[in-house]
Order: sequence, then C-alpha cells, then structure tokens
Amino acid sequence: MQHQLNPHHWVAAHADYLYGFAITRINDDELARDLVQDTFLAALQKTAGFQGKSSERTWLTAILKNKIIDVYRKKSSGLQNITEKEAEEEQNDFFNADDGHWTKSAGPKEFGIEDTDNLVSKEFQEIMKRCLQKLPALWMSVFTMKHIDEEPTETICTELKVTQANFWVIIHRAKVNLRACLQRNWI
Amino acid sequence: MPATKLDLNIKTMSYLKKVIYNCKQATFLIEKKSIGKITFRESFELRVHLFGCSFCRIYKKQSRIINQMVQELFRSSMHRDYKLDENFKNELQGRIEEELNKN
Repeated sequence: MQHQLNPHHWVAAHADYLYGFAITRINDDELARDLVQDTFLAALQKTAGFQGKSSERTWLTAILKNKIIDVYRKKSSGLQNITEKEAEEEQNDFFNADDGHWTKSAGPKEFGIEDTDNLVSKEFQEIMKRCLQKLPALWMSVFTMKHIDEEPTETICTELKVTQANFWVIIHRAKVNLRACLQRNWI
Repeated sequence: MPATKLDLNIKTMSYLKKVIYNCKQATFLIEKKSIGKITFRESFELRVHLFGCSFCRIYKKQSRIINQMVQELFRSSMHRDYKLDENFKNELQGRIEEELNKN
C-alpha cells in the first residue's frame, strides 16, 4: 500500500505520540515541545522526498529521532561530560582494580522480583525512572537507541560518533550503573 | 613436580585469574551476548565463570529483567502519561497551515 501525507491532520493524529516519544528520551518538557514543532516544520520541507513506503507516523518519527540525536550530541559534548566522568569513577567502586572481582559492597544481591513475572510494583518503576535519569546523556542515548528503539549497532555508532569498542563499553557501564542504582535504592 | 608442569600450572592459574574469575569481564560478556555476538571461546569462559560465581548469576538474571522493565516503562509511559494541551496543538497546526499556504 502506498502511504500518503496529510499535513492538515498531523497535529491531531501524531503530536501526542511524538511528544511522548521525545519526552521519554530527553526528559525535558519544553525541549520536547520544541522538538515536536521542529519535526513538523522540517517535515513540511521534506514532503517531496516522501516515497510512501512507510506510514506517515513512522516517517515523522524518523525525523524526530534525528532531532533527538542532535540533542544527545550537544549534551554529551558540553558541560554534561562531567557526569560521565563521575559515573565512570563510580564504576571503579564496583570492581576491584587488580582482579576485576566485585568489590565487597557492590556484589549483586537479589531484588526479590527476579522470579515474579511482570507484576512489578509502581515503586520499583519510580526508582527505575530516577536511576535512568542519573545516567550520563551519552550512555542514556546509547542505551535507549539499543534497548528501546532496537537500532542496529552500526547505526548508533555512526550517529553518536562512538567506536564499536566504545559502544560495548558504554552498554556494559550503563547497565552496571543502572543495576547498582536499583540495588542501592530498592534493597 | 617437574618444572615444566609447575610452569604450566602457574600459567593456567594466571589465565584463570584473568579471565575465568574476572567479574568485570564476565558482566561485559553477559551484556555483549544479550544484544550481539561473542566468540565460542568467550562463551565457554563465561559459562565456566557463571558456574562458579553466584554474584554474576544474579547479575545475569537482573540484567535481563532490567531490559524488559525499561522497555515496558517506555512503552507504557508513551501511551499513558503524555498529552499536549489543546492550545499548543491549535497553535502548532496553525503554523503548519501558514507554512502550507506559503507554497
């Protein structure tokens, strides 16, 4: 089926969706609104290039994704880098420098939710949200692009300008930090 | 014990220490395996490590659960919580119409 664009109904049909997409990834209300607006305006300039292969929403979301990546890039190149350093230093507390074994305080403990399917408390979800927000911008973007958007690794590396080796290091660090944060705040 | 055998043992020990007993490396391989590929050798080393390390067994379980939970969190919050107010939407559609009329 050939998809068509109808800009007259864009806001009614897609604005809430795009807004939700943006705010869950950048966690900044004003910026999310701006990005939705920018997406529509940029899309208007690109209508000639729309080939009808994907749905209108998919096409608009792709434009929004690129805008979000620009935000990630800016965030991870600016002052925000400090949090990355902090998070990396924290990493040294998790494993012994000489043998790579878990340090005494960092060894994983059961959360008590491992074997219950699905039913996870609201409280745990809230802690998860806060822990996600603590991740450095670059780590968060690598993490969400991989685990949520399921982008190919090559794409993420190109878009965010990280090497493959660095990509795996970030994936690992983000998860270890996230897990440790959950353990600190839940148990 | 002949020197060569002792030597071999020392080598084996340091290999074990470096790879098999290294939780940092093991958790790295757990993450890499869950979304990409690891070599046959890495896969073997990981299995040996997990056999002997209860911490990393917990980590592995939790890592998988965290992935699921994060995905659920993003999906559910995208459908539920976020709505733009009508004023903003009206203005936005207005701007789009304005741009359309320019052309």
